[in-house]
Order: sequence, then C-alpha cells, then structure tokens
Amino acid sequence: MLNLIVCIKQVPIVSELPWDSKTGTLRRELAEGMVNPSCKHALEAAIRLSDQHNGKITVFSMGPPMAEEALYEAMAMGANRGVLLTDKRMAGADTYITSLILARAIKKKCPDFDLVLCGDQTSDSETAQVGPQLAEELGIPGVTNVEKLDLSTHTLCLERQTDDFLEILEMDLPGLVTISPHYYVPRHVSLGGVQQAFDYPNVDILGTDDLELDPGLVALKHSPTKIIRVYSPATEKENIVLKGAVKRIVNELFDRFGDRIGGAMGKDLKTHDHP
Amino acid sequence: MKTLNRDIWVFGDYRNYFQNRVTLQLLARAGELAPKTGGSICAIVFGHDIGEYVSEYIAHGAEKVYVVDHPQLKQYSIEAYTGLMERLIKAHRPEILLIGATCFGKEYAPKVAKRLKTGLTADCIDLDINKDGLMIQTSPSFGGNLIAEILTPNNRPQIATVRAGTFQEISHNADAKGEVISMPIPDDLPMERVRLIRSERLPKKGRKIEDTSVVICGGRGMGSKQKFKKIFELAHLMDGEVGVTRPVVHAGWSGPNTLVGQAGRQISPKILISFGISGAIQHTAAIDDADFIIAVNKNPNATMMKLADVAVVADANQACLAIIKEIKKKIQL
Ligand SMILES: Cc1cc2nc3c(=O)[nH]c(=O)nc-3n(C[C@H](O)[C@H](O)[C@H](O)COP(=O)(O)OP(=O)(O)OC[C@H]3O[C@@H](n4cnc5c(N)ncnc54)[C@H](O)[C@@H]3O)c2cc1C
Repeated sequence: MLNLIVCIKQVPIVSELPWDSKTGTLRRELAEGMVNPSCKHALEAAIRLSDQHNGKITVFSMGPPMAEEALYEAMAMGANRGVLLTDKRMAGADTYITSLILARAIKKKCPDFDLVLCGDQTSDSETAQVGPQLAEELGIPGVTNVEKLDLSTHTLCLERQTDDFLEILEMDLPGLVTISPHYYVPRHVSLGGVQQAFDYPNVDILGTDDLELDPGLVALKHSPTKIIRVYSPATEKENIVLKGAVKRIVNELFDRFGDRIGGAMGKDLKTHDHP
Repeated sequence: MKTLNRDIWVFGDYRNYFQNRVTLQLLARAGELAPKTGGSICAIVFGHDIGEYVSEYIAHGAEKVYVVDHPQLKQYSIEAYTGLMERLIKAHRPEILLIGATCFGKEYAPKVAKRLKTGLTADCIDLDINKDGLMIQTSPSFGGNLIAEILTPNNRPQIATVRAGTFQEISHNADAKGEVISMPIPDDLPMERVRLIRSERLPKKGRKIEDTSVVICGGRGMGSKQKFKKIFELAHLMDGEVGVTRPVVHAGWSGPNTLVGQAGRQISPKILISFGISGAIQHTAAIDDADFIIAVNKNPNATMMKLADVAVVADANQACLAIIKEIKKKIQL
C-alpha cells in the first residue's frame, strides 16, 4: 500500500494582515483562513496517486488551533487522517524550525511513508523553502515545482519546467515533491462535505512536548533568522500631481512631458500645439 | 559553525547565462559589501568545461573562484551540487553566501542552508552590512505594504537569495585578475537519488518586458477584461510591453508571464505608465529602476501615486483612452 503524506498550510484569505510590532510577526489569529492554493494541488496529486495505487493519505499542518479546519477540508477532499501541530512555542518559526518540527512529527506519526507532497510555495510568504528543507531534514531526495508525476514500483517519474527548461526526472522513494499549481486542479468540496468530515473526527493534535523536541525549544528564539525591523517603503520623488478634467490633464501631461514620453518611444511627439 | 574569514561567496548559476545575469549582479553587490566585511569576493562554479564562466566571473569582480570541473557535473544536479557546497563551506567557512533566485537557486539554497544549520532569507530586495558586521537582508514581508530587515546573528554562513534585476552588474573588465582554485571531485559523493532523464530548452518567448523602454502597467482598477484591452492597445501604440498586477492575472485579464513584481518580472523601462494600481510592495519592488513613472489612480493617496513622478488623479479607463487618442494624433503629424 502506498503511504502518502501531504503537508498543508492555512493562509489568510486577505493578504494585508495586521502585525504585532513587538514580535514582528503576523497576527494570524485575526485572519479568516483558507488552505494555501498550491497545497490543495499537492493534495489533489496525492489523491490521484492514492486512487491508482490503493494508498492512504495523512495530512500534516502546523499552525494555530484554527488550522484544524484546513485538515478537515483536506479530509473532505479525500485524505484519510490529519495531524495538527499546534503550540504557542511553535509561533514565529522560520522555515528552518518549521521543517524541523514537521520532520519530527512525520517520523513520529507516519515513519513508513513513501512520498511527501507539499505545495510549491505559500500565498502569504512565498519563500518556497519549507519543502526542500523538509526533504533535507528527513534525509530523503526532493524535487521542487513538479507539474506531473507518474509512479512505477519504486521510482517516481516527474515532469517540471525550470529556468526555461522542460525536465523529466526520476526520483528514488521515499522522497518529497513540491507541486506547482498547474496540472492537478483540486476537486471541489461542498460545504456539506466539510461538515461531514467534522462528524468523523480523525485529527491528532500534537504540541512540542509530544514531539520530543528539545524541551527548551521556542521557535521564535531558536529560528536562525531574526526580524529586526519592519517599515513601510518611502520615496523621494518630486511627485507632480495633475487633476481635473481628463482631457485637460492629458494635454498638460504631453505639454510638459511629451519629450520624455516620445524619447522613450523613439518618436518626436512634442511639435504639436493645442488650439 | 564559526567562520574562518569574512569572505562573501556567490554561487555561479550559469545555466541560462545569456538570459539571466543574476550571478554577475550578485558579484557586483558583493563587491560593494566586501569592504565593509573586510573579506574577498568569491565565486563558486560547478560543472564541466566551465572555463569561460570562470573568466566571466573574474571580469565581473570575483577575486577568487573555487571550481570543481568534472564530466559527472555536466548537468545541473541538485544532490551533487548540494553535497559539494556543503563540503566547500565546511572547509573554507565564509561569512556570507549569495544565491540567485532562479528556479534552481530557489531549490538549492534551502537545502544548502539546512545542511549547514543556518538561516536563509528569500528574495531579498536589498543587502547591506550593519555596524556589527552582520548582513542586513531586506525582504518584502507580511503579504502587504511592509518591508522587513532580517539578520542571521548566530549561524554561519548568512545566506540569502536575490532575484535577477535587483542589483546592477559592473562592466566587463578583461584585465581583472583573479585566483582560480580548482578542486577535484570528492570520490565519496553519495549516489544521485534524483536523476535527469531528459531536458529540453523551452521555446524562447519574444522580446521581454525586462528589456523594453516603455511599459504600460494595468491593475485591478481598470475594472474589467473588456476595458483592460485598452492597456494592450496603448502598449502596442507606444511599442512597449504590458505589465500587470496579481489580481489581473487571477481575473484572467492577462497571462501570468505579464506579472510584474516579486513573484513576476522585474522591469527597468525609461517610462512606466501605471493605471489603477494601488502600489503594494510586492509590485513596486520590481519597478524601482523605472526612470520616469506616470501613475493614474482615482485615489490620490494610493501608494503608487506617491511613488510616481507624475500622479494623475483620474479614472483609469478614461485617462488611458485619452492618452491613446493624444498619441495617435501626435504620431500622425
Ligand atoms: C507573497 C505575495 C507575493 C505577491 N507578489 C505579487 C507580484 O509579484 N506582483 C503583484 O502585482 N502583486 C503581488 N502580490 C499581490 C499584492 O500584494 C497586491 O495585492 C497587488 O499588487 C494589488 O494589485 P492592484 O494594485 O492591481 O489591486 P488593488 O490593490 O485592488 O488596487 C486597485 C487600485 O485601483 C484604483 N482604482 C480602482 N478603480 C479605479 C478607477 N476606475 N480608476 C482609477 N483607479 C482606480 C484603486 O484606488 C486602487 O488603488 C503578492 C502578494 C503576496 C502576499
């Protein structure tokens, strides 16, 4: 039987969230969540593999308690069980610590896996680092930005586009892939379906102590990267403001800056005078 | 890991040398940072028959080049390259490692950082050295209008990825001298668990938005797919290219290859005209190098309007139409 793992992240629906100026981290508790789009594509890929090869799927997510919803949505799509990693001490983890915690949880809850699937990046931070770092932490090969996969016995055949090349690769199992959101369009789940998943609770909830992590581990403190300052960008341009009737503004624009516009186009525009 | 020197290393990512000059751009930035760290500028090159890249890197500022040249490395290979970088860094222990945020670099950097148990910041828009000698890694953050400065205070090397177009390469200097340090391939590199079966270059796209002097950018404020066509018309008329924001891609008004921003293209036109764009940092980080910006927005307080040389307070559609008319008139003369 094929033993599949999918790692998913709950992300805010809105991209602009308030942040905590003391810790410099997002106040995620204020946002309504959804499953990160490319994580859903990874789950869809897993479901199709599982259907072909009689597999089972365990979904892992690290996040605040409300990320449990994401796991139920995943189960409504077709995953078999969920593991939620949640603990105040995990808050503020960078990708180094996130991948460390995910790896520990996988080794504890699902050590005999064949393949881990992750989204290629998240919509809220886009580092694309957790997938490859998780592969390293688990000591398995990993391939990013995979578009299609095909499994035969113990190698996985992968197709991806990378830096203007189309590549066909073969990877030993167990292994890890991150999935690009192109080919595996996620199936739709109805609200009723998610509701039903909630009726058969099948989610383990683990904190740092359950994972036999270093008891002193506090993600914010032990992440190698530290945010030291957050600010909004400023500018020092002359910033001429034109307002009024559109036709007049456009005339003024060309009167004053026709040279520049024409220069960039490689054409002479300014010779014309308005009546 | 403790460092042995204050050197700045740049990974030589030459696979798309003619399309992507990010390695040269990173060498240039390393050259600006090196006096502040007091180390040398080093390039790291793996592959086979790579002498021409080694000379290019020296001509663009590398003082030392570490080279592993072997037929086995002919193709980019993630596992071998990761193992080689890990060993080299453990042996030489530099202060900083910079990697271009190409697809390969984005796959490579996280693995290297993890092996070396150190931090990594993705897609930096600036790099500097603070008074304590640490690298300030500036990166857009929090999904909105904010920029974060990030340090890796305790782990080494400090690693960052940077997208192409963020820094400017220095000009080619054929007389520059650099030390080339060739190393044999270690005989105990683990077996490849990822094998390349086939690779083909994808067909080239036409002229690229990165190279044009006129870019017309349209955002959500254009209102609809139908109305958005005016953006294409104006770009065509001015012999420029179209750039868009993410909501426009999501709405299907234009293709993903026209996205301008952190997740898309970086542009440096002589003139940029921007219609109905709010100016989120993920977009504006990619337009810094535009010489002259005209922004049209009905909201005079939009960030994009503050960034513009000329801020036009108007309806984006009407303004676009009026500019099209005006240019048509002026070209006919
Ligand atoms: C990790 C991450 C990465 C991202 N990467 C990118 C990226 O690479 N590129 C990118 O573009 N975005 C990116 N985004 C999204 C980005 O944060 C913004 O959401 C996006 O740039 C906003 O696009 P917009 O300005 O078109 O839309 P909006 O923010 O909705 O702004 C629309 C503007 O149009 C104006 N307007 C409305 N109607 C009219 C009218 N009739 N006439 C004139 N003006 C009008 C409004 O005043 C407003 O200023 C990213 C987000 C995240 C979280």
